[in-house]
Amino acid sequence: MEHTVVSASKFNAWFGDNHAVKDVSISIEKNQVIAVMGPSGCGKTTFLRCINRMHELIPGATTKGSLKLYADDIYTMNPIYVRYKIGMVFQRPNPFPNLSIYDNVVAGYKLNGLKMAKADMDHIVEKSLTSAALWNEVKDSLHKKGTFLSGGQQQRLCIARAIAMEPEVILFDEPTSALDPISTSSVEQLFHELKEKYTLIIVTHNMQQAARVSDKTAFFYVGELVEFDDTKTMFTAPTDVRTQNYITGRFS
Amino acid sequence: MDARIGIRNTKSVLFKSVIIFLAFVITIPLIIVLLYIIKQGVMQVNWHFLTNIPAPVGEAGGGISNALLGSFIIVVMSSIIAIPVGVLAGIYLSENAGTRLAYYSGLCVDILQGVPSIVVGIAVYFWVVKPLGTFSAVSGSIALSIMMLPIVIRSTEQTLLLLPDTLKEAALSLGVPYHRVILKVIVPCGFAGILSGIMLSVARIIGETAPLLFTAFGNPYLSTAITKPMETLPHLIYTYATSPYDDWHNLAWGASFILLMFVLLLNIFTKLITRKWNIQL
Repeated sequence: MEHTVVSASKFNAWFGDNHAVKDVSISIEKNQVIAVMGPSGCGKTTFLRCINRMHELIPGATTKGSLKLYADDIYTMNPIYVRYKIGMVFQRPNPFPNLSIYDNVVAGYKLNGLKMAKADMDHIVEKSLTSAALWNEVKDSLHKKGTFLSGGQQQRLCIARAIAMEPEVILFDEPTSALDPISTSSVEQLFHELKEKYTLIIVTHNMQQAARVSDKTAFFYVGELVEFDDTKTMFTAPTDVRTQNYITGRFS
Repeated sequence: MDARIGIRNTKSVLFKSVIIFLAFVITIPLIIVLLYIIKQGVMQVNWHFLTNIPAPVGEAGGGISNALLGSFIIVVMSSIIAIPVGVLAGIYLSENAGTRLAYYSGLCVDILQGVPSIVVGIAVYFWVVKPLGTFSAVSGSIALSIMMLPIVIRSTEQTLLLLPDTLKEAALSLGVPYHRVILKVIVPCGFAGILSGIMLSVARIIGETAPLLFTAFGNPYLSTAITKPMETLPHLIYTYATSPYDDWHNLAWGASFILLMFVLLLNIFTKLITRKWNIQL
């Protein structure tokens, strides 16, 4: 099982008394795109935010069970190290409004006070922006503020920012829900290229998107992981009746 | 039916005229005060006036250099005390909004804002002036820094509350430790708002007289000793305006004009800064 990057076993998460994630066990393999879908409030975003320990930042949030990055328990590691290794892209593009495009890409280094030669930094910026399919659009305006870009460009800038840290895994929390269809398709195309190097876990509301971009799909319902299988199997022959009902639109 | 509509329209027009009239009326006192002080004060101001200490009664000339320097020193010292404390307290209140401690400290800030300035002066008199045995610039600065605090705290808090949480999450998700998130992301993004709060608080204290009566007291000579009494613009105005001599009245008018210009400029700069440095979210 050396290909397993992230694995959970009997993992639970709460907000105060609200049991948001219940006994989830899953193992996610390297260089795959995993779609996590389910109706609103099913715990999919909470589960995602547990993987890089963003969940615990909310007052009253607690967890139980094991969640591992390779062989290391995420919850005994230093959260700062966890977040170096597991990057995140949010629902709304959130570039730092006080930083230029260039500084946004290397924000993970600069904000952490990690020193680096200018040439190395230039290299990281170009490589990350190229991987995020944004280099050609912004290479002449690297020192403008990131917030002057369009929504889709901003989201790709946020992806570049996550890639720049060379993480193992990148988490996406409904990354295209605030974008128009053209920007959405450019971000979706990126997923195919990014999985060559990274493991992607994508929470999405959009079933077509899950079907289009992912290798495997997880279906969450009321905090439980109902089913986790190859995307093709999930959408053609799901085993669980709840998955079937969701996919056929009997509830949403 | 038509008649009713006519009456309703008339009422609307009447109502509108009344508010426009009142909006106009409230600017009249300000304009009168401004014009009068400019008229009385502008003639007094020249280079000699700005660079000399007040002349004794009967002598021609004299200026306000002691008060200018004193006000400058005292405002700088007050800012050194109040800004770090105020900004950090504001950060605490915005970061911990909703907790009990934040609620009660916020309440205290509001109460502090409502404390009459003369009461602050008396308190500092008993805490600082009496134990030290002398009026001093330091005690004046402490009194004024207490007056500054609520404005700095609340403006910092309000500015930072407007920043979206997603900004903080973006930084945290890159593995940035909490203190660096605050210092490198949150404070820089709210910088224009924090700075304008600071400048407004300076504009507020520069004209405060009451807290200085028992603390910095006043000094007819040029002094830079912060443990000794020091003159300030509002205190000079108070002393010289209540004296029975015409020469000294003129000095007070000149000082009022300078003080007024300073406060006006500070307010205009604040507006410009907020506009120029405001960060587009």
